[in-house]
Parts: sequence; structure tokens; C-alpha cells
Amino acid sequence: MELRFELNGKPVTAEIEAGELLFDVLRRLGCYSVKCGCETTNCGLCTVWVDGKPMLSCSVPAARMENHAVTTMEGLQEEAARFGAFLAKEGAEQCGFCSPGFIMNVLAMEKELCRDGRIPEKEEIREYLAGNLCRCTGYVGQMRAVEKYLRESRG
Amino acid sequence: MITVRNYVKPATVEEAYELNQKRANRVIGGMMWVRMSKGNVGTLIDLSGLGMDKIVEEEEQFRIGCMCTLRQLEQHEGLNSAFAGVFEECTRHIVGVQFRNGATVGGSVFGRFGFSDILTALLALDTSVKLYKRGIVPLAEFVEMERDRDILEEIIVRKDKRRAVYFSERMSSTDFPILACAVSEKDRVYRVSIGARPMRASCIEGTEEEMKDAYRRFSYGSNMRGSSEYREHLAEVLIRRAINALKERDA
Repeated sequence: MELRFELNGKPVTAEIEAGELLFDVLRRLGCYSVKCGCETTNCGLCTVWVDGKPMLSCSVPAARMENHAVTTMEGLQEEAARFGAFLAKEGAEQCGFCSPGFIMNVLAMEKELCRDGRIPEKEEIREYLAGNLCRCTGYVGQMRAVEKYLRESRG
Repeated sequence: MITVRNYVKPATVEEAYELNQKRANRVIGGMMWVRMSKGNVGTLIDLSGLGMDKIVEEEEQFRIGCMCTLRQLEQHEGLNSAFAGVFEECTRHIVGVQFRNGATVGGSVFGRFGFSDILTALLALDTSVKLYKRGIVPLAEFVEMERDRDILEEIIVRKDKRRAVYFSERMSSTDFPILACAVSEKDRVYRVSIGARPMRASCIEGTEEEMKDAYRRFSYGSNMRGSSEYREHLAEVLIRRAINALKERDA
């Protein structure tokens, strides 16, 4: 079946299988930042934005995306690079495999919780990012990076 | 993994119902759990085109559309102020924000999962479900019903000034609960709902005195998260804490 949706700001038409998941379609369209890490709808690595909201693309039926807007990290290069520099500076990444999903969710959190220059509390940040698993670290470096990033970008 | 032959987004609930009468067909909510099941599906029935993704507050009740996400429940001001944050508390530990933006209330309720936080919380309130053919059924009755091929349209929570509180115990913050407990009180009658026993939630009612050994009136099982003995102990503690929390609010 034919699917028409917006991908990273551009209209896209793709031929999809009836039960195909958004994750598979995005990979096929060349969005290789989107990865499946757990197969159990848990790890957050496949996070994309659907109409601006972070969702697990591994569990979204692709057909449901008709006329919706999907954003992957490929569409947020500048923002991702800006936050990525904080991750690197804090030595937060080890293998880096979970970073794309994590970055997508940090940027979603920034949009949702940091309105009017507000900086969320540590506990709020931890709760928002709890659905992004990292098996290398204890999240301490990531938390440092997120807090510094939010402080600097919110001035 | 499932294999799907067709995908249909019905334009009416009647169409969804008719399609769902075929055993090979399957309704999807958020598709969080369906994707992990196995087998061949004839037609995947997507209810997302029916406008059932809204929470409507009326004078005497809230009507929660089956396609509302858990995140909507978590963030809905009216629901959370009417029931003192119970909906935020029973959702915020579930996997992560991305998951809760996809998972639907209808999926949680219709699935009657043994690990469900949502079912546990809703059972402690005056909740009914609206089924397309069968009509309105109290949730406590629906939980015990055999799973059939009706369509769950909405969940109705009465605004009866019931006060409620929700607790769960988890091994780690986003894991399934080892035990879930919701308690409400109205006119000095307590309603205690215990879920993740690890079987579907159920509830009992009584006075404070009668609720002292309420934990003994539920059955418990063992799985990798905990033994039945541990769950019974947790139930005793959580019920007591919940009743104390409700009484402290009075003070």
C-alpha cells in the first residue's frame, strides 16, 4: 500500500506492507539514526517525533502515519550536534549506540518542559528520560551533559 | 512477530465492529504489545480514525476515549485534580514518555493485563466501560468477562467526590510493578484494588475496620519479580499506607 507523510519537513511517498512498522520504513528511506535496540518496546533507541511528540517507531504502525509529520535525527542535525557536543565534552558516551534515541528524547524534553526559559528539576529530567536505556553507563555523564546543555541554552 | 495481510482504518465504529467479528482480524490500540505477539493477522483494524482520542469532562463524569494515550491520562488537569493525581501516579512509571505517547487506555483496559497499573487505578474509582454492542458495563464486571469481539469505545469515570491514592512497588523505576495498589474512599467506605498479583486487578469494599486485613482477601502468585508471600506482605503494607495517606489528607 502507498503511504504519504512528511519526513523531516519534506513530503514523502513510500510503498509499505500492511503491517509494517514505522521503524522499518524509516530505515528503508535512509534514516539510519533510527535503530532497534531491544525488540521489547523498552529501550528508547528507536525514538522519533510524530507531530512533534517523541514515540517509539518500533511500535507505530507505518500505515497510521498517513498525513502525519515524522522527524528523525537526520532532520535535526544542527540541534543534535549542539547537544552532542555536550555529551562528548562530559565523556558521557561509551559505545554511543543509544545516543540517537537519547538525543531525540532530550530535544523533545527541551521543547516540552523548557517553555518560557524554565529549566526542569533533576528528578523531572530523570523521569522524562527514563525510557532511554544505556547499558554502558550509569547515566551520570548524560545527566551532567543534559543539565549543562539546558543551562547554557536557556541562558 | 505478527504477519499482517491488510490494514484498515474504519470510518465508523460499526465498520470496525463488523471487521472484528472475523477471528483472523485484530484491533490495535497503540500496538505496543501486539507487535510482540505471534501469528498471522488477516486485517489489522486501526481505530485511530474515529476521533476516540479525547478526554471529555462533563458535569458528572469523565469520558476517556479508548484511543487516548497513557500520556494524555498522565497530563490531564481535570482528571488529576478530581482524583488528586492518581492518573499521573499510575502512569508515570510505565516504561518512558515515548511509550506512553503510543500506548492507549483502551489497549490497557481491553487487554485486562495482569501487570496493568491503569486497570488497578481505574478499578478503585467508579468506572464503567462503554462497549459498542453491549453498552455500558461496570469495569469490575468487565474485568471478569470472557474476552469477546466487541469494541471498547470509552472508559467512563464518575466524578463522585471519591478520594483516591495510588502506590506501586517496582524492582526498578520503569519495570512492571511487583504489586500495584489503589485505594479510594467515599462516605467512609473504602475500595481497595490490587493489581499485578501477578494477575488482573480486582477490588473489594468495606469500612476501615474491615480493610485492616483486606490483603488476605486477595490471591497472589509467584513469578520472576516476586513470590506470592512477598506480594501478600507488600499488599498489607501498601493498603495500610494508602489508607493512612487518605486519612492524613483529612487532617
